[in-house]
Amino acid sequence: MVSVCFYFQVHQPLRVRKYSIFDIGKNNNYFSDNSETSLNNVKVLRKVSEKCYIPMNALLLELLEKHPEFKVSFSFSGVYLEQLEKHAPEVLLSFKKLVDTGRVEILGETYYHSLSFLFSKGEFFEQVKKHEELIQRIFGKTPRVFRNTELIYNNELAKNIEGMGYIGIIAEGAPFILGWRSPNYIYSPVNTQRIKLILKNYKMSDDIAFRFSERNWAEWPLTASKYAQWINSVNGGGEMVNLFMDYETFGEHQWESTGIFDFMRQFPEEILKNPDNNFKTPSELAESYPSRGVFDSPGFISWADIERDLSAWLGNEIQNAAIKKVYSLGFKILKTQNSELIDKWRKLQTSDHFYYMCTKWFSDGDVHKYFNPYQSPYDAFISYMNVLQDLELRTDEILNEKKLSVGKFKSNIYKENSLTNKRGDFNGGN
Amino acid sequence: MKILMFGWEFPPFNSGGLGTACMGLTRGLKNANVEVTFVLPRKVDLDVDFLKFVYGDEFSGIKNYYAVNSLLQGYSTSENYNDRVFSEGEKMPALYGKDLFEEVERYALIGGEIAKNEDFNLIHAHDWLTYKAAINAKKISGKHLVIHVHATEFDRTGGNNINQEVYEIEKKGMEEANSIIAVSNFTKQKIIENYGISPEKIKVVHNAVDFEDYALGEVHKLKKTKKVVLFLGRLTLQKGPDYFIYAAKKVSEHYPDVVFVVSGSGDMEKAIIKKVAEMGLADKFIFTGFLRGKDINEAYRMADLYVMPSVSEPFGITPLEALRCETPVLISNQSGVSEILNHCLKADFWDVDEFANKIVSVLKYNELYRCLRENGSKEIKNLNWNEPAKRCAEIYEELLRGKK
Repeated sequence: MVSVCFYFQVHQPLRVRKYSIFDIGKNNNYFSDNSETSLNNVKVLRKVSEKCYIPMNALLLELLEKHPEFKVSFSFSGVYLEQLEKHAPEVLLSFKKLVDTGRVEILGETYYHSLSFLFSKGEFFEQVKKHEELIQRIFGKTPRVFRNTELIYNNELAKNIEGMGYIGIIAEGAPFILGWRSPNYIYSPVNTQRIKLILKNYKMSDDIAFRFSERNWAEWPLTASKYAQWINSVNGGGEMVNLFMDYETFGEHQWESTGIFDFMRQFPEEILKNPDNNFKTPSELAESYPSRGVFDSPGFISWADIERDLSAWLGNEIQNAAIKKVYSLGFKILKTQNSELIDKWRKLQTSDHFYYMCTKWFSDGDVHKYFNPYQSPYDAFISYMNVLQDLELRTDEILNEKKLSVGKFKSNIYKENSLTNKRGDFNGGN
Repeated sequence: MKILMFGWEFPPFNSGGLGTACMGLTRGLKNANVEVTFVLPRKVDLDVDFLKFVYGDEFSGIKNYYAVNSLLQGYSTSENYNDRVFSEGEKMPALYGKDLFEEVERYALIGGEIAKNEDFNLIHAHDWLTYKAAINAKKISGKHLVIHVHATEFDRTGGNNINQEVYEIEKKGMEEANSIIAVSNFTKQKIIENYGISPEKIKVVHNAVDFEDYALGEVHKLKKTKKVVLFLGRLTLQKGPDYFIYAAKKVSEHYPDVVFVVSGSGDMEKAIIKKVAEMGLADKFIFTGFLRGKDINEAYRMADLYVMPSVSEPFGITPLEALRCETPVLISNQSGVSEILNHCLKADFWDVDEFANKIVSVLKYNELYRCLRENGSKEIKNLNWNEPAKRCAEIYEELLRGKK
């Protein structure tokens, strides 16, 4: 028996607008940009809705209605759902319709698609909780399987997530951890009791997400029947194939003209031709299959790039300076109890801001690999840091008004080089 | 393969970018096994081992066609094609005639004569001053002609007061050429738009920077106490020094502990100094005048940021030189070099606020300064002259194949 499990990541950050030194102290509008550039968040949302969300949701609904055995799962960031509520309610409605079929599962993540687990446990718990509440309010569901931002994962995360009541957690099937073992089984994280680890089969996922339209790929053109053969051949060598990818793969990364929608239209039928195959959601996998081994990842892994580490977000000095700065503001900002300010600060934690500051591919000029709405990683850094200056200024103003001194509290926040050892929480001061 | 190459100047007897580019390119061509005979209008005392030189004034029969000594009067008027100009009274050998056009004509006559005597497969000529000589050489030899556009009259003048005579020579050269090399897409576009040349005829070959004969010097004391922002280039319309001082004004309001160094001379020098005083920035500015050789490197080394706000820069080799001295750069989008440099800051020359924003950011955010410095100086290590020379050799080969 081979279970095919789809999980689609759906996320759009609130990109920081072009914010100059002259805006500091004068402009508290950090995210809305009505320019023609890709910094215009509403414009990007509309564009991707048309190319991906609307047609792909329609296709999935069609497939779910046609094939009672077909199932998929989504993970939505809170910042994404917020944008849908505000600017594209029709898209949100179409997602609800999918969930209403009863065969679409929603996963848990941090509301702000943040790297908070690396920098503040307290902040991380807050954001996971806030995300759970949002999913409950919009979809009436409670997530049971967790996926952290960009599949960033380590042993400690799994243990924490188990403590929060999740039955499963998702990670990259990183070859340097698995070694000779296959990602097509359930594993157990080190030092946990019940939680099941569900690993991404990156090879077969990337065949769809990245290689699908590559004409110099030996398997091009990829058809659903060919792909089904590959799935069939897993029988005997695995219990599942976990296909995890960005939802934007469909129509946005792989354009409609590549045939990606036709591929998906054929997909369930081709898979189900073999009676030994079925579709399952992540929580069903966790409930149906036993753990076949222990997965030990003391260091952080992720689903990014070939490195599968943190270097896409924390690989250079400007990224580290920016993230250090945003988390160092945490204690002060929470102290204001100003919900607008806190919300803005959290939106500035979204991982994409740091991704845009990545310089590792920049020299190659490989713009396709490196999608960035800013002219350069340095421009991303400048706007971001200027915004933080403004945020800090406003925070100090509010605190002064409240005549609250933060000086007497000792903030126990991010310290350099503390990624792998101690990290403080903000809730210690309250 | 043998190339007859017409130039106008060669380091150290150069006034700027054109001579530097010719030296880099010919050195690269040597590595690509292309044999170059380099023609200069007049004899200068050069010590270069990778090139054969032919000097126009030593050529039989035409020696001292015009007996003139005074230098480069033409430069300050009809062309400012270089990155730096000789300041008045600068002690340099008398390169060219008192009237630039006279000199160009003299060179043209010699061009034909040289072509009769030299053995070569193809002609390559740099900028309008050499086009007439190269066209004559083409007529007499029947060989293909490649012209290399380092700047056009539109860059030098900012599009105002185009010298019709220069324009005609440029256009004629472009039409006569079998292939045109532009130093950037920015320049290619200008050639298409302003001279009506078909895009297929124009190939882009970006300039590079030489690391030979180069060593990092001491860091100036000034840098240890203040943040330093540098402008280095001719003080002319094309280089945008006025935009620099307007940005400086805004920067100093947000970041008072800063010094602006302006190096170079030119027709806007007095106006710029006056303006700085009027804006109340006299104590923040240092004017060094025209710099040369080691002093240039020292200027780069003392700066926390090199700013090139050029209004129209066909290529712009100075940012590469600054990065060679490990100084981060902020350049205008209206430059050819911005097409190949990634690890730097860029803005539109007219966007004074954005220039100021980026200058302040580099001064304020040390991580940004360090990242730009580290990545930028690493990036230019790949921009050596072997690549552009290889591209030129390919263009030669393509032309020669087509001819057979």
